[in-house]
Amino acid sequence: MSFFEAIDITKHFGGLAAVNDLGFEVRQGEIFGLIGPNGSGKTTVFNLINGYYPLTGGNILFEGRQINGLPTWKICKLGIGRTFQVVKPLRRMTVLENVTASAFNHTGDLKVAKAKAEEVLDFCRLGHKKDFLASGLTIGDRKRLEIARSLATSPKLLLLDETMAGLTPQEQGEGVELIRKVRDSGVTIIIVEHIMRVIMNLCDRIMCISYGMKLAEGLPEEVANNQDVVEAYLGKE
Amino acid sequence: MKNRSWAQLIAPLILLAFPLFVDSDYYRHVVIMALMWVVIGSSWNLLAGFTGQVSFGHAIFFGIGAYSAGLLKMHLGLSPWWGMLLGGPMAMAIGFVIGWICFRLRGPYFALATIAVGEIFHLLFKYFNNFTGGMEGILIIQTFRSKLPYYFLALGLAGACVLTIILVMRSKWGYYFISIREDQDAAESMGISAFRYKSLSLMISSFFTGLAGAFYMNYMAFIDPEVVYSLHYISIMAILVGIIGGVGTIWGPAVGAFIMVLVQETFRSSIFGLAPDWVSEAHALVFGVLVMFVILFMANGVVGDWKKITHLFTGKKQAPSTNGSAA
Repeated sequence: MSFFEAIDITKHFGGLAAVNDLGFEVRQGEIFGLIGPNGSGKTTVFNLINGYYPLTGGNILFEGRQINGLPTWKICKLGIGRTFQVVKPLRRMTVLENVTASAFNHTGDLKVAKAKAEEVLDFCRLGHKKDFLASGLTIGDRKRLEIARSLATSPKLLLLDETMAGLTPQEQGEGVELIRKVRDSGVTIIIVEHIMRVIMNLCDRIMCISYGMKLAEGLPEEVANNQDVVEAYLGKE
Repeated sequence: MKNRSWAQLIAPLILLAFPLFVDSDYYRHVVIMALMWVVIGSSWNLLAGFTGQVSFGHAIFFGIGAYSAGLLKMHLGLSPWWGMLLGGPMAMAIGFVIGWICFRLRGPYFALATIAVGEIFHLLFKYFNNFTGGMEGILIIQTFRSKLPYYFLALGLAGACVLTIILVMRSKWGYYFISIREDQDAAESMGISAFRYKSLSLMISSFFTGLAGAFYMNYMAFIDPEVVYSLHYISIMAILVGIIGGVGTIWGPAVGAFIMVLVQETFRSSIFGLAPDWVSEAHALVFGVLVMFVILFMANGVVGDWKKITHLFTGKKQAPSTNGSAA
C-alpha cells in the first residue's frame, strides 16, 4: 500500500482539461516537488487532492483509502493539510487564535489546543508575534502563519503551495530550513514552487507537469536536465 | 479594559435592583422590552456577527416562538407558558431546516434567502387562518397584572442568552464560528465543517430568539403575523440593535438594545410630551440617522468603538494600535 497515490486524475473546466490523466505516487517521509510553467495545473492538483474541486475522473488514495469525493474538512481530519498560494489569514483574529482554531482539529479542549498552537508557533518562529492581529503581518509572516496553521491540524501529508513566492532571499533561506524541520518531524510534503533554487535544494523527487500532463518525474537533477522540461520552460530552439 | 469589566459587573446589579427603585409600570415596561431585545439582538449577533451569516429573517424564529405559545392556548387550551418550553426547540428545529436549505448560499445571497423565507412565513401564518387565527391574531389574558414577574423573567432570559454566548465563544465552537466568518475556504481546510458549525450557530441563535417570541406572547398577550413576522419591526430591528451596539462583540447587542428601545420610546412619546405630536412619527427617521452616524463614525458600534467615544470626551487622540492592524 502506498502512502499517497493519484491514479489518472482528470479535471475539466468546461472544455479545458486543466489536469489530464495525471498519475503519481508520494512515499512517506519524502519531500515531493511539483513544478511546471504558469497555468500548468499545479494548484488545481492541490485543489483536487484536498477536495476543493470534485474530480472529473480518476482516483486519489491516501493511506490506502479513497479520498476523492470527501469534503475538504474531512480530508483535513484524515491528515492532509494545505497552505494557500494566495494566503488566507483569518484577519480579525490574532496569530495565536488563527493557529488555535486549527489546533482544535483533534481535540475539543481549549487548553490543549492553545498549548499545541503555542508549540507550533514557536516551531515556525512566530511565537513572538502571537498576539498580533493576522491582518497586521508582513507577507513573510503571513506565509509562516499559513504553514503554522496547517501544521496545527497535525497533518501526515502537507501540501505547500508556493510558500516562497514573494519572499526575500533571506526569508527563502529561513523557509527552506523550516520546511526541512517539518519533514524531519515526520510530515510528508508535496510542494509547489517556482523558485528553482528552493526546489532543487529541498526535494527528494520532482514531477514536472505542463498543460495538466506529466512531462517528467525523478530525481531533481534528472528532471532539471530533461529536454522536455527545459523546452516547456524556455521554449524550443 | 478595566472599566469594561466593572461595567459588566455593575450593569446586571443595576438591572436586578431597578424594579426596587422604580415602580412605574411604564418604565418597567420599557426595560422589559429592552431586555427582550437583548436576547434577540445577541442571538442575531451570534449568527451574523460571530459566524458571518447575516440574517434578515430573525422574525421567523421570533414568530415561531410566539405562535408556539399562542397556538397551544388557542387549540389545546394549554397555558401559554408551556410555549416557553416549546418555543425554543420549535424555532431551533425550523432554524435547522432553513439552514439546511440556505447555507448552500454564501454572503449576500444567504441574506437575500433569509428575507424570502421570512416573507414566506409571514404569508403562511396570514393565510392559514383556521390554524393560526390569521389577521385576527391571537389574544390571551395576561397571567400577572404586575410587571415584576415579567421583568425578572426577561432579565433571566437575557442573562441566560448572553452567558450562553460568552461560554460558546470561549469554546472550540466560538473559534470555529469566527474562522468561518473570516474565511470559509480556509476554515474548511483547517478541518472545520462550515455547514455543521453554521447550522449549530443558527440553532443556538434561533433557540433564544424563539424563547423571546414565546415570552412576547405571554407578556403582550396579543400577536398577529403583521407584528411577529414583520420584516422591519423584528428582523431589521434585530440588525439595528446589533449594528448600533457593535457587530461581533459580546456586549454590543445588549447595549444596542437599550439604546434602540430608549430612542424608540423617547420619540414615540414625542420626547415625553414636550415636543409636538408629529415627532412621535419620527422614530423611524431617527433610527435611520442614528444608523448612518454609527456606520460612518463608529463602524464597530458603540461597544466595538468605545475607545473612540471616550477619546472624544477626554480629548485624547486615538492611540495608534500596537499591532498596526487595519482592523
